[in-house]
Amino acid sequence: MAHSTQPIRPIHFILGGSAFALLLLLTLGTVIALWWHAETSVALTPSDWSIIQFTIVQALASASISIIIAIPTARALSRRNFRGRQIILTIMGAPFILPSIVAILGILAVWGRSGYISDLIANFGVGPINIYGFGGVVLAHVFFNIPLATRIFLQGWSAIPIEHFRLSAQLGINTAGITRHLERPMLHAAVPGAFLLIFLLCVSSFTVALALGGGPKATTIELAIYQALRFDFNLAKASQLAMIQFALCVVLGGLTILLSKPIHFSQGLDRKVERWDAHEIQYRIFDVFILTIVCLFLFLPLYSVLIRGIIPLFTLPATVWVAALNSITVALLSAIISVAMALTMSALIIRLAHKYQTASQAMEIVSFLTLAASPFVIGTGLFVITFPFISPFTIALPVTALVNAAMSLPFSLRMILPAMIRAESHNGRLADSLGMQTWTRFYIAIWPRLRQPVGFSAGLAAALSMGDLGVITLFAPPDVATLPLIMYRMMSSYQLEAAAGVALLLVSLSLSLFWIFDKGGRLEHNLR
Amino acid sequence: MSITLDKIKLSHGEFTLTADFKIKEGQKVALLGPSGGGKSTLLSTIAGFKIPDIGRVLYNEIDITNMPPAKRPIALLFQEHNLFPHLSVEKNVALGINPTLRLSALDIKVVKDALYRVGLDGQGQKMPFELSGGQQQRVALARCLLRKQPILCLDEPFAALGPALKREMLDLVKEIVDSTKATLLMVTHQPEDASYITDQTVLIADGQAHSPIETTKLLANPPIALAQYLGT
Repeated sequence: MAHSTQPIRPIHFILGGSAFALLLLLTLGTVIALWWHAETSVALTPSDWSIIQFTIVQALASASISIIIAIPTARALSRRNFRGRQIILTIMGAPFILPSIVAILGILAVWGRSGYISDLIANFGVGPINIYGFGGVVLAHVFFNIPLATRIFLQGWSAIPIEHFRLSAQLGINTAGITRHLERPMLHAAVPGAFLLIFLLCVSSFTVALALGGGPKATTIELAIYQALRFDFNLAKASQLAMIQFALCVVLGGLTILLSKPIHFSQGLDRKVERWDAHEIQYRIFDVFILTIVCLFLFLPLYSVLIRGIIPLFTLPATVWVAALNSITVALLSAIISVAMALTMSALIIRLAHKYQTASQAMEIVSFLTLAASPFVIGTGLFVITFPFISPFTIALPVTALVNAAMSLPFSLRMILPAMIRAESHNGRLADSLGMQTWTRFYIAIWPRLRQPVGFSAGLAAALSMGDLGVITLFAPPDVATLPLIMYRMMSSYQLEAAAGVALLLVSLSLSLFWIFDKGGRLEHNLR
Repeated sequence: MSITLDKIKLSHGEFTLTADFKIKEGQKVALLGPSGGGKSTLLSTIAGFKIPDIGRVLYNEIDITNMPPAKRPIALLFQEHNLFPHLSVEKNVALGINPTLRLSALDIKVVKDALYRVGLDGQGQKMPFELSGGQQQRVALARCLLRKQPILCLDEPFAALGPALKREMLDLVKEIVDSTKATLLMVTHQPEDASYITDQTVLIADGQAHSPIETTKLLANPPIALAQYLGT
């Protein structure tokens, strides 16, 4: 942590403090509100237990399968140099900002009752696949998390010093030896964190369970909260489930933060491949095999949904365009709130580090703990708090923007805080020695080094918010929608063609927003 | 073992490097020049990590241009990362005898002796992170000692060490090379390192690796490219 020589001014306390207070209200405040409500409830019923069990078992299965497939995939990408490798790496980054409902539509097109696979096996007289339930939920989670796990492990492989591969080549260590001496120790360090992160993401997954799960045998806690609120209007039950979800997420999130290394999104993956082992034919065949399978598994659903969307795109009803406007508004609002909170909190964390190191560290850790907060717990809490005063329907969009901003805050903070620390240590002292103060100091000395991470964070926050189908389902009245919500409604009424059209629109808008922000941050940057 | 670089040309984007000379058996040669000039690239070519675009590399007049690094009679030392962090000092050294680490009692004795020779007696059970930077390089040198390769290549292995420690390490290298009669190639950007243990120097500047010249002569009467680099 850089020790800033700057004094803490009231403005830092006011801005950074209110951002932090807002975060605490959203994460802890909502939980306390729920606690208060949950007290009236009864003991957990057997069906509650089966929901908890399903949530954990499907997350365990999803995380294990994702990791088992990602390890050989990352190894193949790390030790092979081929045309198209860069494209695969780029597209591997896409599922992170790809709206999950879009991916689910693609998965249905491939694995659904009338999808490619069912058509294929019908030739052999085997009945169509039933994607709904445990299998479908795990399949979709594996789809989302193979790229994430692959990227984490690829970073691990890139972090192995090039000298070690050269040394191994020199000493005549063969491929098995490289696995033993270089790859296994790296994986030993990387797997627990990756496993926990994916486990956490799958435990708090809502959209996948909503679209592919449901029913007594395939309901996650998040889905059960939604059902309790939306269909049964059972606040006590919802609060009780939300408390369980919160406890589960805090434990998992805490463990994840302890065990996992920071994830870098852009750098380090495209190091030139330099390997002198694994030229034997059996390794080559295996790598080609695994990459082909994984690429088909990942790209076929995306390809099919986007191709199918082209024609319906031109005949979309007017309601879709209204929803698109809502989505853009929510996304922009969410990006602005997320970045503003990250900036003001970073400034306060850095200044506190000088005198009150413990306070600064505590603030940093609590901020990252939002990673463990479930958007549904926050949404339910806000629902409980605001319900006596205003109709939830009237605040659907602002609440969605706020919750989405809180959800992307850990990512924004992870990008912006280190950048601000670097800016302070590189330029801060020089600025101080020149007598720069307050806004001049920020604008001239600090901001130029923040533009890039701020642009990236804003793009990420906007894209994540754009594609999110979470709290909006809780608050939205039937006549208000965002693009993901309208897509989900179309899918529920089997208007798959129109849904594909919306999917294409949604993906184009998300990627454009991300691109514009990211590009904006990079403009005229001539920094090292 | 002699090394011949026969009309070699390497290029990578804007960067090019040419070399055409022979290094005789048992010589101690410095590769000297500004950073980014291609010193390490040339060493990588000799060790087999890079294949030249044009030209041949020969050991004792045998063409080994396309021979994989493991087959080449070379021991190489980098500036850092010479040890595997999860293996003990003893095991890191033992890799020089057997890369699968299946060791006999005799092998272990040999490893202990090598550690004794580099001044790390009884430190075999330590892990690399428990050692200082200089000690880590000693461990790597102990491994080079066991590999008994006729060519020893050093890629600025002591650049991060202080002057006194560096002298000590250079003395150790000299002792090892003299006892094994190996050919030494050492990348450096410090002329005093070159003059301390090498007989000949290859000047690498402006995209060209010049033929080796006697180090003392070269430094006493530097050509323009070297004079610019030295700032004299």
